[in-house]
Amino acid sequence: MSSEPDGPRKGSPGNDAAVATAEPTNSSDGARARPMDALFKNLTRSAGLGLLALIAAIAAFLVLEATDALSANTGNFLTTTEWFPNGSPPVFGVAALLFGTLLTAVIAMAIAVPVAVGIALFITVYAPRRFAAPLAFVVDLLAAVPSVIFGLWGLIVLVPRMEGVQKFLTDYFGWIPLFATDNSVVGRSIFVASVVLAIMILPIVAALSREVFLQVPIAHREAALALGATRWEMIRTAVLPYGRPGVISASMLGLGRAMGETIAVALVLPASFGISWQILSPAGNTIAANVANGFAEANSVGRGALIASGLVLFVVTMIVNMIARAIIARRREFSGAAA
Amino acid sequence: MATRIDVSGLTAYYGKFRAVSDIHFSIEPKSVTAFIGPSGCGKSTVLRTLNRMHEVLPAARVEGRVLLDGEDLYGPGVDPVNVRRAVGMVFQRPNPFPTMSIYDNVVAGLKLNGTRKKSLLDERAEESLRGANLWEEVKDRLGRPGAGLSGGQQQRLCIARAIAVEPQVLLMDEPCSALDPISTLAIEDLITKLKSSYTIVIVTHNMQQAARVSDTTAFFTLDRTGDPGRLVEMDRTEKIFSNPTEKRTEEYITGRFG
Repeated sequence: MSSEPDGPRKGSPGNDAAVATAEPTNSSDGARARPMDALFKNLTRSAGLGLLALIAAIAAFLVLEATDALSANTGNFLTTTEWFPNGSPPVFGVAALLFGTLLTAVIAMAIAVPVAVGIALFITVYAPRRFAAPLAFVVDLLAAVPSVIFGLWGLIVLVPRMEGVQKFLTDYFGWIPLFATDNSVVGRSIFVASVVLAIMILPIVAALSREVFLQVPIAHREAALALGATRWEMIRTAVLPYGRPGVISASMLGLGRAMGETIAVALVLPASFGISWQILSPAGNTIAANVANGFAEANSVGRGALIASGLVLFVVTMIVNMIARAIIARRREFSGAAA
Repeated sequence: MATRIDVSGLTAYYGKFRAVSDIHFSIEPKSVTAFIGPSGCGKSTVLRTLNRMHEVLPAARVEGRVLLDGEDLYGPGVDPVNVRRAVGMVFQRPNPFPTMSIYDNVVAGLKLNGTRKKSLLDERAEESLRGANLWEEVKDRLGRPGAGLSGGQQQRLCIARAIAVEPQVLLMDEPCSALDPISTLAIEDLITKLKSSYTIVIVTHNMQQAARVSDTTAFFTLDRTGDPGRLVEMDRTEKIFSNPTEKRTEEYITGRFG
């Protein structure tokens, strides 16, 4: 290595053939790209551009497929809560579905993220080493299991047992509007769907958060301890602030999964179309669950309507991710990455 | 403020490995003591036992007594958190909290102790930064990230952070080993200045540095790799560097071994 000059190698005939095939990059300093560098650069560049093209193609496909149905719609697509795209005339709107999607996802996050962060902190900070390693292994393993498996477990084991929990919540906390119910409480509600979603996203958020907390340099943890921080204060001063961007990213991945989850939610929710904050009432539906329920029986307008709702999900996911990026970027210079 | 330290029968382990064995020494208040010795001799380990940071590492433990003004740090019922508030520490690599501003770094320890009053925090921040010879350089950008400073400034920021909680003792674990000569000089000047208020213990690989800043020097060594480190000799710095009692000390400081 050290014998090779870094500058242009005009005088080395052995390399000429290889160098000639590589495209020159920085013509200003006269240096030439090495062939493997150029190859790898082009490979990664096409992978990156390919991804962008794929996203654009998906968006274009959704718009194209949805146009006919949207022009046949006699309701307002964004504000109507009904969903009768197969009727004549077709009337449908995404309002109730979008509401259900966001509400279940947000409640699922509210349940899953604190628990996941707690698991990750326990493994990285509190657990004795001989427990930490197997625990971490188990969490990683669970994160790799398709979330529908947890959804099925939730449906079969958890949902039948949730009735009592819901009755308790509405009996004792019914004065909070969120927990009030006009109807009798049965197993199927936004709340139960959110709990099932929370269980589904918990392992992935926990596994990613653990990785993030593991990245906190020992030096920062020791700095806090040496100042006389207790273990919890050390977490608050050194671990959580450093891991914040990573935990936000992990939560966004979980949120994406929660919003896109179909079968489990479709099996829990009664597929009613209405907007209600009463999360314990048997009502509610989400975009993804509605697609799963309705796609098989839909006519061409119905299909277009479902695709239009998919487009809304697509856009909402992008907006949520952009907000998350903005939150992370706002504190970039304090992230430790800039140093 | 300043405090004397008496160590007796100190043995420190990492798991089954005995890192240092049967250390005895005393440190006078308001003095600078330098720990020197070859790599692996346990000088940093001994330093970390003085504020109970040794036991932070997995499976690490300590036997023996460390008296701070007569109080055993390892006595029953002593909370290591309180020990670390009384004995501050500066590490080998500057480690300001990257998520905090310069100001928040300095007052981090005070906030941990429950000080909330803004005027008091402001006052202590300025005092500590002045004490660390950093105030003039950063007074106009206290809200900027601490990690954006140069290495030498970061290390002085860490010293400011350590003295902001008004400890009785200041431990420094090779504080200049990641710094350039000019920053090193700034830290050495600072150590000389801080000596009037604190008892300072510094681990260093640089023997000129030990000779320049310390009143007392302790020489540690180990017989073979895998053997525990031992304290060979501790005396006035002038004597250690001119006329040491032990032959091994002389060999080390004259560069014939280690």
